[in-house]
Formats: sequence, C-alpha cells, structure tokens
Amino acid sequence: MTKEKIIAVQNLSKQFGNFIAVNSISFEVYKGEIFGFLGANGAGKTTAMKMLIGISKPTSGEALVAGFDVKTNTEMVKRSIGYMSQKFSMYDDLTIKENITFFGGIYGLSRNQIKEKTEKLVSQLELEDAVDKLVGSLPLGWKQKLSFSVALLHEPKIVFLDEPTGGVDPITRRQFWEMIYAEADKGTTIFVTTHYMDEAEYCDRVSIMVEGSIEALDTPKNLKKKYNVASMNDVFLKLARNVE
Amino acid sequence: MLPIIFVLPMVQLLILSNAASFEIKNIKFSYVDNDHSAASRELISKFEASQYFNIIESFSSKKEADFQMQTGKVDAILEIPNHFERDLITENFTNLSVSINAIDGAAAGVESVYISQIINGFNQKIQTQLYQYNEASYIQPLNIVTIPSFWYNNTLNYKTFMVPGILVLLVTMLTLFLSSMNIVREKEMGTLEQINVTPIQKYQFIIGKLFPFWVLGLVILTVGLIIAIAVFSVPVLGNIGLIYFFTSVYLLVILGIGLIISNHSDTQQQAMFIAWFFSVIFILMSGLFTPIESMPQWAQNVTFLNPIRYFVEIIRMVMLKGANFSDISRPFFIVVFYAFALNWIAVWSYRKVN
Repeated sequence: MTKEKIIAVQNLSKQFGNFIAVNSISFEVYKGEIFGFLGANGAGKTTAMKMLIGISKPTSGEALVAGFDVKTNTEMVKRSIGYMSQKFSMYDDLTIKENITFFGGIYGLSRNQIKEKTEKLVSQLELEDAVDKLVGSLPLGWKQKLSFSVALLHEPKIVFLDEPTGGVDPITRRQFWEMIYAEADKGTTIFVTTHYMDEAEYCDRVSIMVEGSIEALDTPKNLKKKYNVASMNDVFLKLARNVE
Repeated sequence: MLPIIFVLPMVQLLILSNAASFEIKNIKFSYVDNDHSAASRELISKFEASQYFNIIESFSSKKEADFQMQTGKVDAILEIPNHFERDLITENFTNLSVSINAIDGAAAGVESVYISQIINGFNQKIQTQLYQYNEASYIQPLNIVTIPSFWYNNTLNYKTFMVPGILVLLVTMLTLFLSSMNIVREKEMGTLEQINVTPIQKYQFIIGKLFPFWVLGLVILTVGLIIAIAVFSVPVLGNIGLIYFFTSVYLLVILGIGLIISNHSDTQQQAMFIAWFFSVIFILMSGLFTPIESMPQWAQNVTFLNPIRYFVEIIRMVMLKGANFSDISRPFFIVVFYAFALNWIAVWSYRKVN
C-alpha cells in the first residue's frame, strides 16, 4: 500500500533574531492519519505549525501542505486546511449560529450549504437549545467541540489542532477524541499538538520536538519499544531529559 | 454598546453647542464715579442698559476697585474722574480710565470693544448736546456711524457657526476611536489569528471592517443634523445631499486612519493612545475653535494634511453659505485622494503572514 503524502516538510527553519525557534525540521504526514506533534513548552511546536498554516513565513526550507507551497501558494494552503488554536477563537459576542454562518461565509459556502451544515453540526453536538446563545456563555468543553466542528465546516483535507484539549475535563477530552477519530475515518488528516501523553497514545504516529528539532518520529508502539519504556510519558521524559 | 454610541454624542452635541460660546456676556463690571454729575450718571446708565454687562457695584475709590479685580470679583473697572462734566462743557475734553482683567486675552479684547462702543455712543450724544447748548463754540457733531453687515450669519449667532463644527468633531472622534480599537481587539481576543488562516482576501477583510463604521458615521451625522436644525435652528442653505456625499468619502479617510492605527498596535491601550494623539492635533488644527488664518504659516501648512480641516470648511460652507459642488471641489478631491491613499495603506499594512 502506498501512502499518499499530504504534508511534506524539508529542512524548515524559523529564526527570530538570534533565536532559532525551529531548526531545520523534516517530516512527512500521510493522508488520513492522526499525526501527534509533541514537545515541551517553547520547543517550537506552535511556531512550526504556524508556518504550515501560512501565518508565519519560514526563514528557510520547504513545506508542501495539501500539495501547495506554504511560501508561495499560501492562499491555496488556507483553502485546504482547517485550524483550531489553543486560544479559543470564535467570536464570543456572536451566537453559535452566527459564528457558523460567518466562518462558512468566509470559506465561500453557499447559504443552503451553511444552513444544512448548521443543522447537522448542531444536532451532532446536541446544541439545539443553545443555537441562539452567545458563544461566550458556553462552557469551555462545548466551545472546543464547537470550534473543532467549525474548523471542519469547509471539509478541509487537513485539520490543524493546537492543544485542542487544554483545560477541559477528562470526559470532554474523551468525546473530543472520538470526534477526531470519526473525522480521520472520513479521510481527513489530523495534525494535533498536545501536552497530554495519554492523547499521544491515540495518535497513529507522533513526532517529539526538543529545542527546535525533531528528536523522534514513529508510531507510539515503536517509540516505546525503542526507548524501552512502558508509556509515551516515559518516552517524552527520556527525550526531554537528555537535553538538560 | 449600541445605545451608548448613539446617545452620548448627541448629549455632547446638545451640551457643547451651548457651552462652546465665543460670545462674551455677563461681564462683571464696576465703576468708580468721582464726579457724581448728571453726565457721569448718564454714562453709567448706558452700561446698565447693556445686556453684556452685569453691574457688580460702584466703588468709592480706585484702590478698592483694584482690590476687587485682584480677588476676581470684577472683570472691568470704569473710573470717571473729578470734574468730568465740567471739563466736558468748558474744555470739550476729558479722560476716562478703563481697567480690564486680561487673563483671558481674547475675552479682554472683546470687552474692550464693547466698552469703547458704549463710550463712543455717549460721546456722540454729548457732542450733539454741546453743540445745541453752546453754538458759539462751533463744535461739529461727529456723525459718521458704521453699520456692519455680517454675511452668512447676520445676527452673529455663534451656534450657527459652532454646531456644524461640533457635529464634525463628534462624527470624526467616534468613527476614529471605534475603528482604531477594532482590529487590535481581535488581535487580543485571538480571533484575528483564526481569520488569518482562512482564505479571506485582505481587501475583503478591510471592507468588512470599514463598512459598519461607515454606516454608523452616516447615521450619527443624520441624527446630529436633525438636532442642529430642530434644536439649534442652524440654517441649511446648501444641498444636504452634498454634505452626505462629502461625508461618505470623508468617513473613509478617518476609518482608514483608524484601521492603520489598529494594524500597527498590539494592544487596545496603544491604539487608544495613538488615536488620542491624532484626534487632539486634528481638532485643534482644524479651524473649528480658532481660525486657521491666524495660525503661523508652518501650522497653516500642517492643517492641509488634516482631514477635519476640510470637513469643517465644507460643512460650514454648504450649510451657512449655500456652497455648491464646484465651490467645494478642491477640498473634496483632496479628501478623495486621502481616502484612496489611506485605505491602500490600511490594506497593505494588514498582515496575514508574519
């Protein structure tokens, strides 16, 4: 079976002044996989992700996302991806329905498509009663699930999730990962950063970034075997500790 | 928020238009009458009859009056010398002394003019009388009287002059502040990052940001014009459509400035401070409160960069003078130019990619 590459990164770097945030990373992500992008705080995960979603210009190196160069064809990249940031970023002062309409509109969905999507999304999330409520009034867990669904409105090929489950309870996290699995089953590629090592176990493959470089990249199973430990947590600790 | 946006400027228009008065009224006037003659009493009665003066009291000595000037109880002191009447009749000549509190130089100037006019009026009357009493002396009465005609505002109603100006100020400040807070607010909330990962075009984003404030500005103008006409009876001699036409372009200039500020700021505080910096300069150099013609040349040159200057000029010309499009075409095209330039910069300075 040949796996279709959907993200191909080659020697990608980002430098802020003298500080090298991302140091010549290279990796590939295949279509339909759940790719875990791990690293300690300040390891350069978010910077690397921002280059892939086209809101930060790489200092050097190449990156193809959904077949488009992030340097030269940024707008096409943006059409092909969904993004959910760690900072919840829907409009708090708009209702659920208005947010969906707004983001659907930006991605060029028609009125009918938006209406259809709204109904489907709201019933999936069981938010029928809250559809006219301001997003700002929702509990964080609901917001995150909603935000994920909105990132998928335009049926992107890849969805980037930047610490999507930060600060939510274990039940909601569980539900969130069920949503991620369901989406990956449909063929959507999931690119996710996280600090929770139990979540890392759910990924098809994970990369671990340490100080701007990718130190390890494999399936969770292989990584545990390689480092001869019982959990991803220990893999992470081992790698992060080597640096100190 | 929305009611606040509409109500507060209107309250400001109502209050400021009454308060921002250049008329000098209720001058605290006192006199020292050393003569106590029929002539001196007649002169004082002229001051009493004027609506501009409030006679505080008469003092028996100049020293006492000076002391009251120092305490701030009086603004102007008229001193009538001894033998005022006698000198007038026998020598046809006498002196009066007037002291005016000139801490506010502009007000002092106006007070001086009022006082001189009353004394002149008195002088002419006296001369006529003397002529009748004393034909032998051949004194010719002075009969030249100037009656000025004030064009475009013949009653010199300052509200007619100020209300359109204050309206300009309100429309400008409101739209400038709201727009300069806007993009930076989204930066703070994190929604801008979300917008930046969408395929939205830069110009689409800027138009989306401009449009609501543009409509808001025109609505504020409308409510303000209604108040100007209904409450302050400001005449509208020109075509009101011309005012809207100009304002619709002018608002783009102000919103463009606001969005540029917003693009370059990282926090709302920063944006607020920059907006405030510009608005103070724009207002004080707009000709709204002080005539541009009396500014030093370099300052006059700076006012050409000031969009408010053109709006103040045009709204007054159209409302009070009945100017038509060809009269205002020069400032109009300058504003069109600024609108294009600034919004181009606004689009250009909005960065989707760092």
